[in-house]
Amino acid sequence: MMMKSHAISVLVNDQPGVLQRVSGLFGRRGFNIESITVGQSEEMGLSRMVIVTQGDDKTLEQIEKQLYKLIDVIKVVNLSSKPMVGRELALIKVKSEPAERPEIMGVVETFRAAVVDIGTNSMIVQVVGDTDKINAMIELLHPYGIRELSRTGVTAMIRGNA
Amino acid sequence: MSAHIPEVQSTDELRQKWMKPEIISGSEILLRSLLLEGVECVFGYPGGAVLYIYDALYGFTDFKHLLTRHEQGAIHAADGYARASGKVGVCIATSGPGATNTVTGIATAFMDSVPLVVITGNVVSSLIGTDAFQEADITGITMPITKHSYLVRDVEELPRVIHEAFHIANTGRKGPVLIDIPKDVSANKTLFQPGQSLKLRGYNPTVIPNRLQLDKLATAIQESERPVIIAGGGVVYSGAHEELLKFVTQTEIPVTTTLLGLGGFPSGNELWMGMPGMHGTYTANQAIQQADLLINIGARFDDRVTGKLDGFAPLAKIVHIDIDPAEIGKNVKADIPIVGDVKTVLELLNPLVSRSHKADAWRSKISEMKKNKPWKYIDSETELKPQWVIELLNDTTNGEAIVTTDVGQHQMWAAQYYRFNQPRSMITSGGLGTMGFGFPAAIGAQMAYPERLVISINGDGGMQMCAQELAICAINNIPVKIVVINNQVLGMVRQWQELIYEQRYSHIDLAGSPDFVKLAEAYGVKGLRASNKDEAKQVWQEAMDTPGPVLVEFVVCKGENVYPMVPQGSTIDQMLMGDSE
Ligand SMILES: Cc1ncc(C[n+]2csc(CCOP(=O)(O)OP(=O)(O)O)c2C)c(N)n1
Repeated sequence: MMMKSHAISVLVNDQPGVLQRVSGLFGRRGFNIESITVGQSEEMGLSRMVIVTQGDDKTLEQIEKQLYKLIDVIKVVNLSSKPMVGRELALIKVKSEPAERPEIMGVVETFRAAVVDIGTNSMIVQVVGDTDKINAMIELLHPYGIRELSRTGVTAMIRGNA
Repeated sequence: MSAHIPEVQSTDELRQKWMKPEIISGSEILLRSLLLEGVECVFGYPGGAVLYIYDALYGFTDFKHLLTRHEQGAIHAADGYARASGKVGVCIATSGPGATNTVTGIATAFMDSVPLVVITGNVVSSLIGTDAFQEADITGITMPITKHSYLVRDVEELPRVIHEAFHIANTGRKGPVLIDIPKDVSANKTLFQPGQSLKLRGYNPTVIPNRLQLDKLATAIQESERPVIIAGGGVVYSGAHEELLKFVTQTEIPVTTTLLGLGGFPSGNELWMGMPGMHGTYTANQAIQQADLLINIGARFDDRVTGKLDGFAPLAKIVHIDIDPAEIGKNVKADIPIVGDVKTVLELLNPLVSRSHKADAWRSKISEMKKNKPWKYIDSETELKPQWVIELLNDTTNGEAIVTTDVGQHQMWAAQYYRFNQPRSMITSGGLGTMGFGFPAAIGAQMAYPERLVISINGDGGMQMCAQELAICAINNIPVKIVVINNQVLGMVRQWQELIYEQRYSHIDLAGSPDFVKLAEAYGVKGLRASNKDEAKQVWQEAMDTPGPVLVEFVVCKGENVYPMVPQGSTIDQMLMGDSE
């Protein structure tokens, strides 16, 4: 069986404990979570979670079915089954002596990332993009010394009118 | 002689009166709402966080409340009530230790899809999260073992929450729902308007199956040469026993019933093959392994049924009928998945199916197997054999009683040697296998049917896990016949140690058990004992003739094992047949 990464969008009632219900379900049934993001949806009282998980088709089917068993889950969509836009934001605090700055700025510009803070010997780079782009950015900044890294996890949507 | 259980006062007029909008406390709202949901009986135990609720219960006679001696007793009793009656069982416990004492019972009900509404108190809202006295995050603790749960923040929500909880518990795949009520919420007052609307967008169980799938199944039945039905708890829970009987009568497909399915199909029927799985019959297990069409009706392919999964029903096209879509494909891949309520599915299916002649040879093969490999054990004239005791109970009651069991060897013997002919007459913890369940569950079943004969079959180990509820039987004169099959050991564990752990009998000796007859008497329950067949017959007759509760201890031989047995990790046709072979 093929293990693949899947992004699943889950529309849930915005109730206390709902994140615990969803993440608890993944944990106890042995489903893996690569990342999970939660925030408001287009409708009052409903939140949208985007969960990136690894598994074969059978696991994915079980994940969807088990999620639907939760009373607070309203809709589950497997985003990866269709063309989708997936984006993640990362903040990277990178060591940068004044002499290295121009070099780092060069990397930042090529990636259309942004420098959002500069300290005496470090700066914070903000990058938005799909997971590959963020991985690449981190790799390029690595040689300078990454002091702190914080990623949001993926949020995603299907392209077009779907 | 009927029980001294408090009479329920509720009438339609009273119910109408309770519907009136009035400013009342959360506690009164709770009681009225329970009443409006049709609750007749509540099992509970008070404590600080539910004192407003118990205050409102003072003198309240519209439904019964039974004070058990342990919250575990209360929740198993509520469970037994629900399994016997098909209604929602209700249990009340206080915060913290009261609530955590219900956890085993909630998990038991969850595994077996039993509808319960569990009401727990919690500390006042402002103290939640501060590690206050008797605080436990019971909604958090029970999240994996409830169908849904509520922590009520505002008294205004209470009527809606209760209404939703009952709806969720008893529809779709049934299960326990927890309502956690902080103390201030049960004290606060508001205008009561009964909960009527349901706003559950994310909850729409599929009751009516897909027609195309039914047609596929009908065709598969016509084409099959070796069809088999596995019927599970879903048949009983959806009340589909008549439809199942009709289905089988029309198609003449051999049937095996799982532990929770016992009683869902009459054991006297020629096409019944007994129970499948670890302690199932030779015939049922062979039939499954040879089948070319396996129709699973409301069972969940538990590992105790399937044995080693690869190698299970290797030749069969699999049909899986279940109300819970997540069960389909979870353990065994289904070729024809059918999501829907079992009763509805069978109602729609019955007009489409008929007897297939292709399976004639198969039917004779099955009845041949049944004849050649019946249930049997080696009886003794000097010692009591536990199987013989179960047969005695069966013979004297004509299979008419409601039987609850605890967990262990006696449970399997009850499943094998008692003949269940009616749905909801076998009450046992299947999925979780909870020792301590059987006796309090019998109290619950008796509360549902005060006039019926309820027999609780226990081991000497499990009997000691909720024995304190003897008090409840005594004071309320609840006429449960409590059977203790005393083999002086943790029998089922002993069996595994004998067969799998090279007879290294580690910690199974129950020396130090009480004298069960005296234990019963200490609580004011009649106690009787038998050690041979004559005594057994006599004592059991005496128990049957005695109104009110009786505990009967049968002292049986120590080393008896449950056969057949499929060792874990084997396919179900690799059975140890035991000495009787
Ligand atoms: C609460 C709980 N603890 C432990 C077990 C494991 N267990 C299963 S059967 C069994 C032995 C039961 O012994 P007894 O009640 O004497 O019944 P018997 O098997 O002898 O009929 C045990 C300990 C269990 N099922 N439930």
